[in-house]
Amino acid sequence: MNLFEQIGYLFSNYDVVGSFWVNIQLTFWAAIGAMILGTVLALMRVSPAPSLQWAGLTYVTLVRNTPLTIIITMGVLGVWGQLQITFADNFDLNFFIFACIGLAVYHAAFVCEALRSGVNTVPLGQAEAARAIGLPFLTAARLVIFPQAFRGAVAPLGNTLIALIKNSTVAAVGSVATETSSVMRTMIEFNGNMVVLIFMIFAVGYVILVVPVGVVTTTLSRKLAVAR
Amino acid sequence: MRNTRVTIAAVAAAAALTLAACSSDSSDTDTDAGGDADTTSEESEDTGGEGGGDTIRIGIKFDQPGLGYQEGSEYTGFDVDVATYVAESLGYTPDQIEWVSAPSAQRENLLQTGQVDMIFATYSITDDRDEVVDFAGPYYVAGQDLLVRADDDSITGPEDLNGKNLCSVTGSTSAERIKEDYAEDVQLVEQAGYADCVTVLESGQVDAVTTDDIILAGLAATPANQGKFKVVGNPFSEENYGIGIPEGSDQCEAINEAVTAMIDSGDWESFVSANTEGTGYTPNADLNPPTLRGC
Repeated sequence: MNLFEQIGYLFSNYDVVGSFWVNIQLTFWAAIGAMILGTVLALMRVSPAPSLQWAGLTYVTLVRNTPLTIIITMGVLGVWGQLQITFADNFDLNFFIFACIGLAVYHAAFVCEALRSGVNTVPLGQAEAARAIGLPFLTAARLVIFPQAFRGAVAPLGNTLIALIKNSTVAAVGSVATETSSVMRTMIEFNGNMVVLIFMIFAVGYVILVVPVGVVTTTLSRKLAVAR
Repeated sequence: MRNTRVTIAAVAAAAALTLAACSSDSSDTDTDAGGDADTTSEESEDTGGEGGGDTIRIGIKFDQPGLGYQEGSEYTGFDVDVATYVAESLGYTPDQIEWVSAPSAQRENLLQTGQVDMIFATYSITDDRDEVVDFAGPYYVAGQDLLVRADDDSITGPEDLNGKNLCSVTGSTSAERIKEDYAEDVQLVEQAGYADCVTVLESGQVDAVTTDDIILAGLAATPANQGKFKVVGNPFSEENYGIGIPEGSDQCEAINEAVTAMIDSGDWESFVSANTEGTGYTPNADLNPPTLRGC
């Protein structure tokens, strides 16, 4: 077989494109979850209530320092296996949800820290002025601080998204067998004669996925930056 | 400046000592291995270490109880027993064997790059693999089977799995085969290792674990699992476990002779029974002991 026949053989025998689509879906849902949870955590960390600050700090310290593999394994072996909590009767959907939650829980810690770095770009006087005109903390955060913080945090949020795209392959340990790293492993196990080509296909695939995200977030961060 | 010079000198001295230690080590091994002082280690690699070079590197699984399993510095299991027997026939004592971990996805790579001399790691002979490596053997014919809880009588074969939950290992086609050929409505969980599958089987979240029968028997035979699980004993595929050797190796004939001798002497049978003890497992008698396919 020449190179093109080998590529044709691999693409027709294994669902390579479909596997990338699964990772994109995982990334999409996990990004939404991480964004919501991360924003709440960031609010907690900059809030005036010490108990909330502590809760936020504990979450970030704990989750950020736990390997993602362990979090996702814990989801399947611990939450599903031992506690017998199930999200859907269909196993494929069930483990997809578990993987999304695991990814969201993990990356929320990084989103929180990225947002907090954004909050630090907002001059303290803005918060003081907002409080001075009588806005309560949440309203001040919603109207004054976080809109500016998000714009200042576009670049670190983009990095978190890039990490999330690549980390979505860890879903393999959470029984999502249709995603890229599982498909790649199957391909290598049964076609060890084409191992270099298989690696190249997935490496190129990820470059195609990730590079645009980097370009877009860099451009956005320049355009949205608050001129001070 | 002076300090820098002293540091450089110290580092150089340390490096020289380390190198000296290495070379004296390897010459020690050479003399230990039967006094063949003229044979440098490179030469012995080129000839495949025929008849008592220094060491032989054998790839096995490190995480598969009953087949290839690492317990501290000890290696146990059927693959290990067979490998030790074959290595002995080739002229290597057990302490001349260097065990190397050979995960499924890396086996061809290990052989092609010469990191191992042979592989005994539940290595099914397939045409695709045969293109890039050579196989001696087979030394065992396994079949895909099911592991269930010992008190579960509702599953006697893959057809009974409709509506049940099944666990297998990521990147194996064994579970897909059940879904396609036997039971459409089976639900699959894929775990990183079979030990994780056994955990969810025990907790009741899945009803069966599937892979080759001898791997299942090995799992069930570990002290922690003794008496909890049973192998259904209705194999539905044919996996010829071969001995992987580098492409073009001249050792194939010698290995096959060793395997034949092992089967004829009854050692093969005792290796099987010793590693599956207490599970009631017997190899598929129609196919075992295996017929060697020749080099």
